[in-house]
Amino acid sequence: MTMRSFTYVRADSVDQAVTEVTADPEAAYLAGGTTQVDLMKDEVFRPLRLVDITRLPLREVRADDDTLTVGALTTMEELAAHEVVTDRLPLVRQALLLGASPQLRHMATMGGNLLQRTRCRYFRDPDVACNKREPGAGCGAIDGFHRMHAVLGTSPHCIATHASDVAVPLLALGASVRIRGQGAERVVPLTEFYRVPGGTPHVENVLEHGELITHLEIPLPPRGTRSGYLKVRDRASYEFALVSVAAALLIDDGTIRAAHLALGGVGTVPWRVPRAEELLRGAAPGPDAFAAAAEAALGGAQARRDNGFKIELGRRAVVRMLSTLAEEP
Amino acid sequence: MDGSAAQARVSPGQRAPAVVRVPVSLRVNGSERRLEVDTRTTLLDALRDGLKLTGTKKGCDQGQCGACTVHVDGRRVLSCLTLAASADGREVRTIEGLEQDGTPHPLQEAFVRHDGLQCGYCTAGQIMSAVALIEEGRAGSDDEIREFMSGNLCRCGAYPNIVAAIREVAGRGDHA
Repeated sequence: MTMRSFTYVRADSVDQAVTEVTADPEAAYLAGGTTQVDLMKDEVFRPLRLVDITRLPLREVRADDDTLTVGALTTMEELAAHEVVTDRLPLVRQALLLGASPQLRHMATMGGNLLQRTRCRYFRDPDVACNKREPGAGCGAIDGFHRMHAVLGTSPHCIATHASDVAVPLLALGASVRIRGQGAERVVPLTEFYRVPGGTPHVENVLEHGELITHLEIPLPPRGTRSGYLKVRDRASYEFALVSVAAALLIDDGTIRAAHLALGGVGTVPWRVPRAEELLRGAAPGPDAFAAAAEAALGGAQARRDNGFKIELGRRAVVRMLSTLAEEP
Repeated sequence: MDGSAAQARVSPGQRAPAVVRVPVSLRVNGSERRLEVDTRTTLLDALRDGLKLTGTKKGCDQGQCGACTVHVDGRRVLSCLTLAASADGREVRTIEGLEQDGTPHPLQEAFVRHDGLQCGYCTAGQIMSAVALIEEGRAGSDDEIREFMSGNLCRCGAYPNIVAAIREVAGRGDHA
């Protein structure tokens, strides 16, 4: 294990950071470092220049009536503790607290969380084949050890699971990221941010080299909305999801008026299911509607030898999450 | 926070600088410390090899075990995933900084009293994490203690005694 040598610079402004990284194809940003430093030690990620952005003024959380704007360098712990998140976004708070140990939550930033790399062991071991690490090399997981791998959004080239917990409720809520490139800013909804692997598993999102996520914009659901995050895993704590479900329901007068649903642990990207949301809207909350939504949520799932259990587990997790919310007083 | 750079192909040898050294100044357990480190040096290695503070332990060196837990600017973090260069100017507290005038921290004493260890390798990380946990107000119940200590693994399985030590000190309220 020999990390490749690199030069280090600390950015004083967003403009400087973007200019530095854009100018050098071998440069990368450094934020919390919880994925990045680990991958550098494993020689999976080998930048020649690190631009440290941790001192940039992107740590503010601001709320107005209907949107929470989160600076990309806000840590997971800071966001989980924010009063608006505690008050109006239980699904986000739960996903943050279930997503990492306290030490990691104090380090990891929200922008970095959305960009974290897969925990697929084949990706993290330079001695085995991985199309994501080395395009065209092949995939060791497809016929290898893949109990933890994805059943949705897979391709013949990659079945690696997206590892973020908090991306799942953010996707369900319709959150966006604000992105700064050189001389330009754009806002991209998370539903359009992630790319399924297809024939290019090394391309995971729409960011161009040098572009920087500066903020997350999270729409606040109407008051009275019930929401939660259910994470099913092999250990009681400090473990990645086998299956997770983020859901929000607005129930009024015995009818579901609004529904948000997304899955984690089962997709190559965080997986929102508009079809299931449609089925829930206008329905009476209960076993029939929830079973139909669960069926739709796992629609099109494809199992390999050892991960088929995730399909039924996913359906049951959806039903349990929705039932739990419906039974809330 | 850049996707495409992280996705760059491995290109061995390509204009890799030999060794790049940067000055780092840290306030460690109340003392100003200056050192020069290879940019690749983690805070963990800077503490152990550079400053000879070997109380902080290197377990997995991959952010999974918590043995390297220290406090940076009052928050518990993993020193194995923190680059020393990135910690420049920060306030660092390690296990060596807990005692006061030769008296161990109440949690250190409680770990001894409750047998909160067997081999002791994870202990510095456990105690640094536990000190922070109590300060964070997360010692409300045994379940809460377990959840908020979940980032610190103990392969000897001393968990029940670790929880007992934390519960006792948190309950006494003299942990500052």
